[in-house]
Amino acid sequence: MIHSLFLINASGDIFLEKHWKSVVSRSVCDYFFEAQERASEPENVPPVIPTPHHYLISVLRHRIYFVAVIQSEVPPLFVIEFLHRVVDTFQDYFGVCTEAAIKDNVVVVYELLEEMLDNGFPLATESNILKELIKPPTILRTMVNTITGSTNVGEQLPTGQLSVVPWRRTGVKYTNNEAYFDVVEEIDVIIDKSGSTITAEIQGVIDACVKLTGMPDLTLSFMNPRLLDDVSFHPCVRFKRWEAERILSFIPPDGNFRLLSYHVSSQNLVAIPVYVKHNITFREGSSQGRFDLTLGPKQTMGKVVESVLVSSQLPRGVLNANLNPSQGTYTFDPVTKLLSWDVGKINPQKLPSLKGTMSLQAGASKPDENPTFNIQFKIQQMAISGLKVNRLDMYGEKYKPFKGIKYMTKAGKFQVRT
Amino acid sequence: MKEETRPCVIPGCFSARRHDDLKEMLDSNKDSLKLEAMKRIVAMIARGKNASDLFPAVVKNVACKNIEVKKLVYVYLVRYAEEQQDLALLSISTFQRGLKDPNQLIRASALRVLSSIRVTIIVPIMMLAIKEAASDMSPYVRKTAAHAIPKLYSLDPEQKDQLIEVIEKLLADKTTLVAGSVVMAFEEVCPERIDLIHKNYRKLCNLLIDVEEWGQVVIINMLTRYARTQFLNPNINVSRVQNWVYSLFRAVSLPIEQSHDAALIYTAIRKILICEVQYVVLQNVATMTIKRRGMFEPYLKSFYIRSTDPTQIKILKLEVLTNLANETNISTILREFQTYIKSMDKDFVAATIQAIGRCATNIGEVRDTCLNGLVQLLSNRDELVVAESVVVIKKLLQMQPEKHSDIIKHMAKLTDNIQVPMARASILWLIGEYCEHVPKIAPDVLRKMAKSFTNEEDIVKLQIINLAAKLYLTNSKQTKLLTQYVLNLAKYDQNYDIRDRARFIRQLIVPTEKSGALSKYAKKLFLALKPAPVLESPFKDRDHFQLGSLSHLLNAKAGGYQELPDWPEAAPDPSVRNVEVKESVRAVGTVTYRDTGSSEEEVRKPERKSKQSKSDSESESESESESESSESESEDSEDSEAELKKKKKVVSGGGGSFSTIAPSSALKSYELLHRITGEGLSVEYCFSRQPFIPDANMVAVQVHFTNNSTSDTKSLHMEDVKLQSGMRVKEFPEIELLPAGETATAVMGIDFCDSTQTANFQLKFFVSIQPPVGELMRPFFMTENEFKKEQGEEENCEKLTLDVKCRNEHAIVQKVTTAANLSRVPCGSDKECRFAGRTVTSSSLVLVTVATKDQGAAQLTVNCEKMVIGTMLVKDILLALTQ
Repeated sequence: MIHSLFLINASGDIFLEKHWKSVVSRSVCDYFFEAQERASEPENVPPVIPTPHHYLISVLRHRIYFVAVIQSEVPPLFVIEFLHRVVDTFQDYFGVCTEAAIKDNVVVVYELLEEMLDNGFPLATESNILKELIKPPTILRTMVNTITGSTNVGEQLPTGQLSVVPWRRTGVKYTNNEAYFDVVEEIDVIIDKSGSTITAEIQGVIDACVKLTGMPDLTLSFMNPRLLDDVSFHPCVRFKRWEAERILSFIPPDGNFRLLSYHVSSQNLVAIPVYVKHNITFREGSSQGRFDLTLGPKQTMGKVVESVLVSSQLPRGVLNANLNPSQGTYTFDPVTKLLSWDVGKINPQKLPSLKGTMSLQAGASKPDENPTFNIQFKIQQMAISGLKVNRLDMYGEKYKPFKGIKYMTKAGKFQVRT
Repeated sequence: MKEETRPCVIPGCFSARRHDDLKEMLDSNKDSLKLEAMKRIVAMIARGKNASDLFPAVVKNVACKNIEVKKLVYVYLVRYAEEQQDLALLSISTFQRGLKDPNQLIRASALRVLSSIRVTIIVPIMMLAIKEAASDMSPYVRKTAAHAIPKLYSLDPEQKDQLIEVIEKLLADKTTLVAGSVVMAFEEVCPERIDLIHKNYRKLCNLLIDVEEWGQVVIINMLTRYARTQFLNPNINVSRVQNWVYSLFRAVSLPIEQSHDAALIYTAIRKILICEVQYVVLQNVATMTIKRRGMFEPYLKSFYIRSTDPTQIKILKLEVLTNLANETNISTILREFQTYIKSMDKDFVAATIQAIGRCATNIGEVRDTCLNGLVQLLSNRDELVVAESVVVIKKLLQMQPEKHSDIIKHMAKLTDNIQVPMARASILWLIGEYCEHVPKIAPDVLRKMAKSFTNEEDIVKLQIINLAAKLYLTNSKQTKLLTQYVLNLAKYDQNYDIRDRARFIRQLIVPTEKSGALSKYAKKLFLALKPAPVLESPFKDRDHFQLGSLSHLLNAKAGGYQELPDWPEAAPDPSVRNVEVKESVRAVGTVTYRDTGSSEEEVRKPERKSKQSKSDSESESESESESESSESESEDSEDSEAELKKKKKVVSGGGGSFSTIAPSSALKSYELLHRITGEGLSVEYCFSRQPFIPDANMVAVQVHFTNNSTSDTKSLHMEDVKLQSGMRVKEFPEIELLPAGETATAVMGIDFCDSTQTANFQLKFFVSIQPPVGELMRPFFMTENEFKKEQGEEENCEKLTLDVKCRNEHAIVQKVTTAANLSRVPCGSDKECRFAGRTVTSSSLVLVTVATKDQGAAQLTVNCEKMVIGTMLVKDILLALTQ
């Protein structure tokens, strides 16, 4: 399936290559560079590029292109998903996935890639199995290894590889047993000129950090599980139990993992926590434009909207902006025409606003296009869909774990058209 | 790049010396030095530098005790063995020793490296190693063996026959770890040997849910192909058995789609968060929306474009929106398009204009609105927008030119300003084609064009010639000289196409003595009525490639792509999939890892027991009721099929260990013959709800005999069957002997012709069977959308108050599925339960909806084109729910 892998940095250097079958010359990447040149933006490079003898499938993450070389038919999503898994694994191992981190740990990277694919077909991709085969580098271990000459490579086959619970290793031990769950919801919205919602969706995830000794069996139940009609689970979740009782029952992997992701669609009513009042006008024949923007909270259940950031690409004709924020700071880049306003918290008593004028090219006609505002914000202690965890129980182990649940709502792709 | 070439630039001293110290380190006795050297060498390989001259020094360390050194040596060997075949052979004996190591990890990695060394001489050694590993105790080693098969095959295709033997052996493996890898090997080596799958088909379906995600993708791909060769098209076929096996396959793959893997989600629009995934998914969605618009229509808004999307994503979303446009949603879509036109991304604006054009051609109602909108765009300040609009307007005008001469006039004026060649050419063509609608303007345009001819682009020049020719034919008085002038200019043009065209046109339109027969028809040739262009989606003919494949994405056949065969005309023999009873039971046992979620054998056993005891107490079967969970359905079917076979054996053999077999789920029994009237013989029957294998149009009736008398009963068989017209019966085989106190079970099939008429026959005594209406159907699997689409005709509605006990969903589901043989249809709302089935004989759809309201109020709706069945079913379900 996957023949070779090339890692290419932002300046176009191939800094790592790995081959699982015969060696493919790195000149194959020239086709990739060609496509890269043709694309105006980095994200416009087509993920699949056909070349005379091979196909290149690439993903861009952390400003590194991971380019897989394929020789025959394979579902492209299969490869893309695998490449993302590789990146996730690197991140898991080295904390960050940068060119420097990969270069520093090139041997571990190579050992990992060797375990993850055999003859181009995925072999071991579960993080906990890999961690038993190849131990992640830590400063302490590196020191010990240099002195004692021991290695990072496991000598025994991890039990998880053969067990029916491949996602959990055996013999986990903690002094503090704790299980934390974060319910994070991102709200994707398009609001049109008149302020009405065109589309609104919630993408939610429950991320878990479970540090529990032994083989705990957890059940998580919701106050209102009916909200979740469109869910995808971590493989550990017993699907049948969910179907029948709407309860999440699972033996968790050790450490951080994504328990489930869900989607609340526009069919249900989605509350929009922020409103925007705007008045952006350009007059024909005048070299001035008016700019007036006010933000306000709504339907936030008394929670504070914080870390608010408004950004917008102003029309090309705008030379400069002379604005006055009631709070926070704003910047305008006259070259890229990017306006960004760091608002901070929204105080319902005193709504933040940004007012002023934009200067246009003298003599030029008024711009056709209107800017779109992208808004980012965070609301702590609230899941906008109203999802609430009812209880978390543990079976199979004797001790009492410490449990915690956190809620957060973030703006995803929150766009206001003007 | 620079770095890479450095060692080559200074070949002698520097690199050689540096490699010298590496060699020294490799030769030392200390593992730490060796490790350091190997790490540096691997780093060189990773950077693409050549380290082949170190081969002899490295290969010596293959037997090193330190496992990390060993692993790195393996990495090196696999990389360079092909180039240094002779030296590579030195290491082989180490691997052969490794293959016998007690540690399974070492056995596996020895096989992995051995099979990765691409040296033809060792093919026999590899073959032997693979064969041995295929029967290794450790499933991990067997998995590695499966991986090694395609490696050997690509090295030496002549080994195919032997390798197929190994594949056959591994396909029978029952561990999930091996399943994905061996199917992968199967796909690469012998995808045509579909016969190898028969015996493993059901096992693979059952294992599927526990296989790791990569294996799932491969197995599902293979099974899809298998289903296409072995089953009839489920959309048109009527055969019940096949439908059932197919639904088993679908039912199993359904929950996987919900598991954690993007690779499986083609239908889910929601996971399109990551750019690359979005790109691939949208490509597939674009193809699907052409044939199955209904599937995506509810999600229209998910495809709305955000200003932050990359251009390639925007254009794909636009494609999807255009495909989804129809009479009802076009106004929403057009409003959305209007905002897109104002975007700053000009490529995207151009694509939007194209999309508007396509909507206008496909949906007649909005053609004028679109055209007006596009005409307004002609005054846009951006030239690209104007140009694109002109091109699209040209196509639209071709559909009904007579109505729009004012637009043509307007466009004629544009020639003064617009510079984009394609747009200019389009305007000229339009004026030439419809010069009769603008008789005054056309010659003037030609005059201006003649003036600027030499400065125009080639496509514009060709259109000027075209325009001249057309005007010459219709209005030669005014344009004769102009045409001559243009043709003269063209005669000396640099481009030979233009010179050619000019010569050709002159011969054709200007009458001379020599001019041939054709010039008579010049007018007909030039001013023939041209068909309006059809604006089609570029994804229109992509669906001949399998969705989700690389070939589909590129719209070109990739190497190794396997066509999905068409459904067969007649279904091949389904019995090939039957396996020994014992084996199938064991396969069932391994199914539920993930759902029982425990590694211990003990946990699973009680569950199986409980399933067997289910028949004793009806209430227990609640959560496991057949239609409720897809998986239990598949298991049950497996079980009962095995039972069925056993039963048949027993029947022909005449009694025995029969009483131990319990029906697979709670079934209601009816009395056929009472003990007293039957003089000691009592007979009960129930509707087993299993497909009746000899004839799919029959309802399977399971008949249970008990001999309560003190004497043996002999030769139990049916005779004197009296049926209503159209009905048919397949009798059960004669039971030769039923000893006193014993019981026996037999299965017969009756075609009730979708009616509740009785089947009368003699069974020593006169008896009759009358089916409840709910047994005249079989479950039918459908999605919510399909359900909604089919609903609406022939409705029977009834309001009711639910019994206190059945005010929850489970109770409703259970009551309904007990009353009628229907399957549950997934449903987004918690206030509704939906069920679907088809009648056994005529395959008419039966749809049931139970909508609950406050305080037990509910509404029951049954849709069935057979009125009688509909009314009777309403009564039965009503009774079940209110009791």
